[in-house]
Amino acid sequence: MVQWLADNVFKMMAEFILPFLASWTWIPWYTIALLHVAGVMIGVISVLAMFLIWLERKVSAHIQNRLGPMRVGGWHGWAQSIADGIKLLLKEDIIPAMADRPLFILAPVIIFTASFMSFVVLPFSQYIVVADLNIGILYVYGISTITVIGIIVAGWASNNKWSMLGAMRSAAQLVSYEIPVGLSLLAGIMMAGSLSTVDISLQQGGGIWNWFIWRCFPFSFIAAILLYIGALAETNRTPFDLAEAESELVSGYHTEYSGFRFSLFFLAEYANMVVASALVVILFLGGFTGIVPVSFVPDVIAGPFWFLLKTLLLVFVMIWIRWTLPRLRVDQLMTTCWKYLIPLSLVNLGIIGLWVSISG
Amino acid sequence: MFDGYYNAFWFLLIGIAFVLVNLFVSSLIRPSAPDPVKLTPYECGEESEGTGFVRFNPRFYIVALVFLIFDIETVFIFPWAVVLKGAGAHVLIHMMIFLTILAVGLVYTWGKGDLDWIRQPTQW
Repeated sequence: MVQWLADNVFKMMAEFILPFLASWTWIPWYTIALLHVAGVMIGVISVLAMFLIWLERKVSAHIQNRLGPMRVGGWHGWAQSIADGIKLLLKEDIIPAMADRPLFILAPVIIFTASFMSFVVLPFSQYIVVADLNIGILYVYGISTITVIGIIVAGWASNNKWSMLGAMRSAAQLVSYEIPVGLSLLAGIMMAGSLSTVDISLQQGGGIWNWFIWRCFPFSFIAAILLYIGALAETNRTPFDLAEAESELVSGYHTEYSGFRFSLFFLAEYANMVVASALVVILFLGGFTGIVPVSFVPDVIAGPFWFLLKTLLLVFVMIWIRWTLPRLRVDQLMTTCWKYLIPLSLVNLGIIGLWVSISG
Repeated sequence: MFDGYYNAFWFLLIGIAFVLVNLFVSSLIRPSAPDPVKLTPYECGEESEGTGFVRFNPRFYIVALVFLIFDIETVFIFPWAVVLKGAGAHVLIHMMIFLTILAVGLVYTWGKGDLDWIRQPTQW
């Protein structure tokens, strides 16, 4: 996609305005196009995060029989998140005197960049993908793990007992749930025989009955559910939000952060929710393919529509779960992962492997 | 071939640049009124005792160790999963042997009580 943009949009536009540019071969059109794509992607992430924060507040309010934000911007407080974003940008930036200053500054950068880099391989349609890496799923699995480092760095650098405890818990939780997530990802990869996100989505094309979630029923379905549960834990969402258990740890690893640095943690959390849901969608729910084999609109519109619709539906379920279920205790958290999810996903992996081996 | 990774590398740079630019913009418009009390750690209004670099439960180390084993296992399974389709029975059998060894390891750790948050004395 970037190559196409570079050749057909940027180069042609520039040559149309200044014809002599055509003879300049040293201009890096590809990188220029890539910079624009990255800028648009930052915009997409910011808008998605702001929309999801607003949605979360509205959904939580309605679940608790309240109205939620109603004032800012007119219709149901749609501009609330924008106002909050500007407010956070205007807030004083406090770095505690005893904090480990370089690490304190580094932590939000690590967390935000890790979640931003995951967006490289998300396929919005067959061609609208920043880079169709041939190890796409492994790439997301690896890059999103870097968040753990950011969380530990944030907790350690804050020099605050709540932050430290929150960071340690969070790290233990994230690494534990990594394993069922990895084993469940493998189920989809085995069925597709590929790690490329575009390739996996394309193989599920041609209607809802071709989605991987129906293959090898019900084991693929179980893998999808396990992956989703793991995704909830990986994004620190209730019922697994021990990292920021506000009733015991103030707000965990980002207790000491304020102003824009704090908003980076929030941005990254919502971006991670989107990435985690998108992984489930790509592997089991058909990615950018529609629910019927025929399409009346061009792929450029239908692909992003279906991809975002499915992803946001899963994000909505995450929000729904958060405001419905109570938080687990730390021992229950570990028991759930090591004694239920991991044995289950190991057995599930074996059965799906057998099925793929026989039928494929 | 490395085009995709070139894109990912630029995303890394842009991500860092986005944060730095925003912090810079924010530093131009935000107030700055430092105060010694404001710069102390927030521990629910109590004056904090000592530093935040406290000792923590050794359980976290055990979790990290067990995680390492299983995560490396997952990495080994990834290439296998890609080639499994249409590769024949022996490929499956080899991985089943590998998975069985791991499952035995999991059962052993379980029996030793290392998967419990509060460790019970060894049961066998």
